[in-house]
Amino acid sequence: MYFDLIKYTIKRILLLIPVLFGVSLVVFLIMRVFSPDPAPVVLGEHASREAMQAWRNAHGLNDPIVWQFIDFLKNALTGNFGTSYYTNQPVMKEIMARFPATVELAICAILFASVFGVLLGVVSAVRKNTAVDYASTILALIGVSMPIFWLGILLIILFSGTLHILPSTGRIQPMLQPVGGTGLYLWDTLTSGDFEAFGDAARHLIMPTLALAMYSLAIITRMTRSSMLDTLNQDYIRTARSKGISSHRVVKHHALRNAMIPITTVIGLQFGSLLGGAVLTETVFAWPGIGSYTVQCIQKSDFPVVQAVVLIIATVYVLINLIVDLIYAFLDPRIKYSKEEG
Amino acid sequence: MDKTQDTAAEISLSTQEFLEKPESQWKSMWDSLKKNKAAMVSLAFIIILVLIAVITAIFPQVLPHDPYEQNMTKTFLFPDGRYWFGTDQLGRDIFSRIMVGTRVSLSVGVIAVAVSMTLGVVFGSLAGYLGGKVDSFIMRIMDIMLSIPSILLAIAFMAALGQGIDKAVIAISLVSIPEYARIVRGEILSVKENDYVQAAKVIGDKDGRIIFRHILPNVLSSIIVRATLGISSAILDASALGFLGLGVQPPAAEWGDMLGRARNYIFQAPYTLIFPGLAISLTVLAFNLLGDGLRDALDPKSRQN
Repeated sequence: MYFDLIKYTIKRILLLIPVLFGVSLVVFLIMRVFSPDPAPVVLGEHASREAMQAWRNAHGLNDPIVWQFIDFLKNALTGNFGTSYYTNQPVMKEIMARFPATVELAICAILFASVFGVLLGVVSAVRKNTAVDYASTILALIGVSMPIFWLGILLIILFSGTLHILPSTGRIQPMLQPVGGTGLYLWDTLTSGDFEAFGDAARHLIMPTLALAMYSLAIITRMTRSSMLDTLNQDYIRTARSKGISSHRVVKHHALRNAMIPITTVIGLQFGSLLGGAVLTETVFAWPGIGSYTVQCIQKSDFPVVQAVVLIIATVYVLINLIVDLIYAFLDPRIKYSKEEG
Repeated sequence: MDKTQDTAAEISLSTQEFLEKPESQWKSMWDSLKKNKAAMVSLAFIIILVLIAVITAIFPQVLPHDPYEQNMTKTFLFPDGRYWFGTDQLGRDIFSRIMVGTRVSLSVGVIAVAVSMTLGVVFGSLAGYLGGKVDSFIMRIMDIMLSIPSILLAIAFMAALGQGIDKAVIAISLVSIPEYARIVRGEILSVKENDYVQAAKVIGDKDGRIIFRHILPNVLSSIIVRATLGISSAILDASALGFLGLGVQPPAAEWGDMLGRARNYIFQAPYTLIFPGLAISLTVLAFNLLGDGLRDALDPKSRQN
């Protein structure tokens, strides 16, 4: 059995190669072939023709397009994505400076959404058609219908504008900012024992986390509810109940454990979609992560950065999907991974 | 005795009805949709939105104020009897702007879904029906598109295409093709093996005829459900692009764009940010509820939950 699992894993990893190659091609086509010339945007409309020509030469934009793509791929494989058109810093350095902010936000949001989503889903399945169930249904409907950025705006109006209890922008007060470390402020401040900074970082995280988590929370709640209802109707649950096992134990050990399989998949998929939602959340809260940075770079035609960010996010996304599928295969022995296609 | 007769009469009557007018799938769907209050309220709300969009386009004079007229002496007026939702940073009436914005959001949602659905149905049908290499090729491309978060891909398309609501429609249509292609392919794979499709093949029907006459009508219902829900996500995506400043050109009124531009005045005039967001949320909510209702009406199994 483990041999099969390993074979399946290797096969899936090999299948990632054409997908990632395709992603680079798509991104390259959009940014380099279909996009307008970046020279007038970067140098300004009034730059001389000669200056623009020199700038294009310096950035390899006059090479044949196929060569440009091969160069891009070759460099990308070694983690070299060129330099930003504006700061002249290596793109990788610019991205790594902002990546921890996005990771910290995404992890907080997925934790919040999973814990409360599963909890709400289980409660509304067990107490089906009660006030709790209706309330969670309404919450889930609001969650999928409200634009993330508007929810963020409402939170700012309420907690920053009216109640004045939470900061509306940024990650931490500048003077409390931890130096070095992982870039995950909650972790860095906690390990260095700086609780004042930890509290401040946590306060900055509350609203962005809520805004980003809401949509996933709604999806996870609904999935948990319907998955739990399915399992609660199974024969083995009835058997367990008839043996006199306490209701709490039946729900926790018998039903939830089996219901968790589809829930895991949904949580994994939601983590991927959070990366997209981060673009909007970060813009609303001026959160210094890669989401808001990408939007700025697209507007400024900073192509090397955009290509790198999209490729990195796509890689993270397909890796998460792969991990979810592997967990799925591991949790449910009935899945015949040897026959499955990517 | 009487009782038996009555029952017999009832049975013969219902048989007669049945023979005269076989109940179509659409009628039974409508009958069960009618019982769903949330879906009916949503449908009514959507009809009102359509009416608002049409009427404000033909008779702009019904609006209390000119939605585009700037008046720097009347900026940030608090909502009152004259300006129901207040005025914005340029002194324009927010209520009138939301009303004309209805047309933008609805048409973006409908057109984007129509385009992506058509292309998705074409690609999904080809992949599912022809199978083999065509299938792998099309579905790998869809996988590639699905591995980039859709809002990021849409923003990248916007960067290439340039700003504008027509371009937003194209960007949103492109990024939602894979979803439809996947659904249609899956449905076709399951319908393809049915006897009636095989029978059509034996008779010698051409592939195109089999797809259009025998397969697509059977997957139509799930496409319609998906399309209704798709309108809500297209409206959300369009408002997100508008919010990021990639949507309509000024002075056009679009809900997401209104939020994006009023954002800097969040503490000074929060009400400028309340109503456009409410308009987006209610519209999206209505399409979601209607889509859920349609799904339940088409698939009685899902109603039990």
